[in-house]
Amino acid sequence: MSRARPEPVQVVKQRRDAALNALVNGVPYIRFLGIVFDRRGDELTAVMPFEERLVGNPNLPALHGGATAAFLEVTAIIGLSWSMLWERIEDNSLDPEKLVAGQLPRLPKTIDFTVDYLRSGLPRDAYARAQVTRSGRRYASVKVEAWQDNRARPFAQATGHFLMPRQDD
Amino acid sequence: MSADKTKIAEQFIGAIPHSRALGMELTQIGAGTAEIVMAYDERFVGDPETGVIHGGAVSALMDTCCGAAAMSHPASPGATATIDLRIDYMRPATPGQKIRAQAECYHITRSVAFVRARAMDDDETRPVATATGAFTVEAKS
Repeated sequence: MSRARPEPVQVVKQRRDAALNALVNGVPYIRFLGIVFDRRGDELTAVMPFEERLVGNPNLPALHGGATAAFLEVTAIIGLSWSMLWERIEDNSLDPEKLVAGQLPRLPKTIDFTVDYLRSGLPRDAYARAQVTRSGRRYASVKVEAWQDNRARPFAQATGHFLMPRQDD
Repeated sequence: MSADKTKIAEQFIGAIPHSRALGMELTQIGAGTAEIVMAYDERFVGDPETGVIHGGAVSALMDTCCGAAAMSHPASPGATATIDLRIDYMRPATPGQKIRAQAECYHITRSVAFVRARAMDDDETRPVATATGAFTVEAKS
């Protein structure tokens, strides 16, 4: 039996991007903060474009610690959800059309979240990537790092624990 | 705490663009304590299925409240920045209800303010979240 011919790249990309957009656009607070996600294969980079209303200290000016914390938490939750969805989309156990039609999966719930502020957030765009360090049936641990102009100089990092949605939902 | 400092703290909250964007209101400020209220807003929802507020909005509320408590401590010259903040989420806040955070700066050195906080909705007997953090102690900016 010959191997099935691979799908055209545009079809694969379109399906993955549509699933990601459905996941991200379904959450009002992500839209409120203006966070978008850049996808390269299964790797996501969260981008929070600078806006005046994200400022915490207008004298410096610097990003609000709460905006930074929210950015990291959003990155962790979407990163964790995406890693679960990716597998289910790729093995065809989840139809991305359903996601696009609004049947969104239950999101992981934050149990705890710890943010370290390494330097003040500048009035510039911020980027973050999450790394799922452990993903079990019930609990997951996620690390996140955020930077601005210089990838080697993160301005905040975080670690959090999450309660996973039940698989039969 | 001096009347001067109360005024500074109140003005400071009003002058924080992100806290203003989230509709925060400083309802109490004491000698190392603060209370801030955030009204329910559909734009802050994190789980579209349940309408529960996003943890990030609760974090922003906690961070602002802890910072205000640190600043208001009699031993603080005025300014502060977050060093670290840990939030524990006990339960989802009930959709439609405001969230009220109370913070207390329970220890302060020349360099660091140690702060804890809790957040409640209308049911005050069961906190929605608790927070502990360390904040810098800085000269008035």
